[in-house]
Amino acid sequence: MKIDFEHRQAAHCESGVTSNLLWNASGGKITEPLAFGIGAGLFFAYIPLIKVNNGPAIAFRTMPGFIFNRTCKSLNIPVARKKFSSKEKAQTFLDECLDNGHAVGCQVGVYYLPYFPKEYRFHFNGHNLIVYGKEGDNYLVSDPIMENTNILDSYQLERVRFAKGALSPKGHIYYPKENKDITNEQIKQAIKSGIKKNVYNMLSIPGSFAGISGIKNTGLKIKKWRDKLGLEKAGLYLAQMVRMQEEIGTGGGGFRYIYGAFLQEADVYLPGNQLTEISSIFTKAGDMWRTAAVHAAGIYKGRIGSQEDFNTMGDYLLEIAAVEKAAFETLKKIKWQ
Amino acid sequence: MKKDDVPQDLSSLGKITKEVCYATDSNGKYVTELSSGWDVKITALDTAWGDIEKRIAAAKQQVIDGKASPLLFFIEYRLMDIAILAGYTGFWKWQIKRHLNPNVFKSLSDKKLQKYAEAFNIKVEDLKTMTVHED
Repeated sequence: MKIDFEHRQAAHCESGVTSNLLWNASGGKITEPLAFGIGAGLFFAYIPLIKVNNGPAIAFRTMPGFIFNRTCKSLNIPVARKKFSSKEKAQTFLDECLDNGHAVGCQVGVYYLPYFPKEYRFHFNGHNLIVYGKEGDNYLVSDPIMENTNILDSYQLERVRFAKGALSPKGHIYYPKENKDITNEQIKQAIKSGIKKNVYNMLSIPGSFAGISGIKNTGLKIKKWRDKLGLEKAGLYLAQMVRMQEEIGTGGGGFRYIYGAFLQEADVYLPGNQLTEISSIFTKAGDMWRTAAVHAAGIYKGRIGSQEDFNTMGDYLLEIAAVEKAAFETLKKIKWQ
Repeated sequence: MKKDDVPQDLSSLGKITKEVCYATDSNGKYVTELSSGWDVKITALDTAWGDIEKRIAAAKQQVIDGKASPLLFFIEYRLMDIAILAGYTGFWKWQIKRHLNPNVFKSLSDKKLQKYAEAFNIKVEDLKTMTVHED
């Protein structure tokens, strides 16, 4: 069986899934950038204690699952979600959803995802896709980062839904329970609360691992990496940072461009609040992240690698922290018109 | 980033799908543009894989020297660690650490070997002989 569902490619998996699942209900109003911004998707965190592929965990976006949750909650859309200990029950539940005409979001691991090229398969379990039908033993899959739809047989789908390791999905499945109309007034309120939440996440989380202070702290740490880790390992860490920042699923510039697009779209709903002007600061921040990435590439390619080069690298992050801090403080001070 | 500056350096992903980037047009308005890859991230990925290849080669040598069982090789080959392997097989971490000893590994039952083979997506025979087939 097949559900009335249209595949739309997106930059980021979760905001893409959210936008696509809400497409019919919202009449196409909840675009990917709106879902990302309402879901307060922008973030930075550096957690050296958690190791990902033998490097430190670095994130440019919020925790997997938060964007869908927060967006639906802000728009007052009831959500069904479930995790499973039994693979059989997970499949039965999925089949029932499809029989009832629900396209559903699934959290999956990418390591055994057959349509991904081998080079991109790591044990990353925060990926999201939509299942929108079943033909025989084959499930119809809309992965928002892919140009086209794909097919997974029941074993392949089970394997990625029950991938193991950090953030293991445990068959996690979610969908909006009903197709309620979404009004412009609701979208306006949701935009405001999304911005407020993102301001908090970037400016006010205590400690120095997250938000603006996280960026600053990472910049200071990078300057010491060469001595502390040696050139080779320091290069690997920088390569890891660049991948988290720029790889497929980010929309470029560590998600800063998607956020810029969000603010431009938000300006249409809430004009007179300078959101377009603030958007251009995020564009600048995204450009600065990319400039930093080019410099980092010089280091991990082995073209440069002096202490001076590491100082420059750290300074890039300090400058970015200053620019993003100003942007979020401006957002914080908005008196909504 | 300006729309015209969205890089088009062909990556291994670009052969399968282009990716969506957000960029600004000549009026400063955000639009989406497809990219087939960017040299900076291609080399970032190459750097990560260069390190993985080294780890795999080191593990292989350990197995050949009789210092570790083929499990170590496949853990590296499948980019896993003991915690991930414990997740896939249902074994405790301390059990896996024991099975990394070549002598203990030799005495494992077929049932246990089968669990490992399934986790690595290989055949039991290949697990024992440290044989890989490109997939």
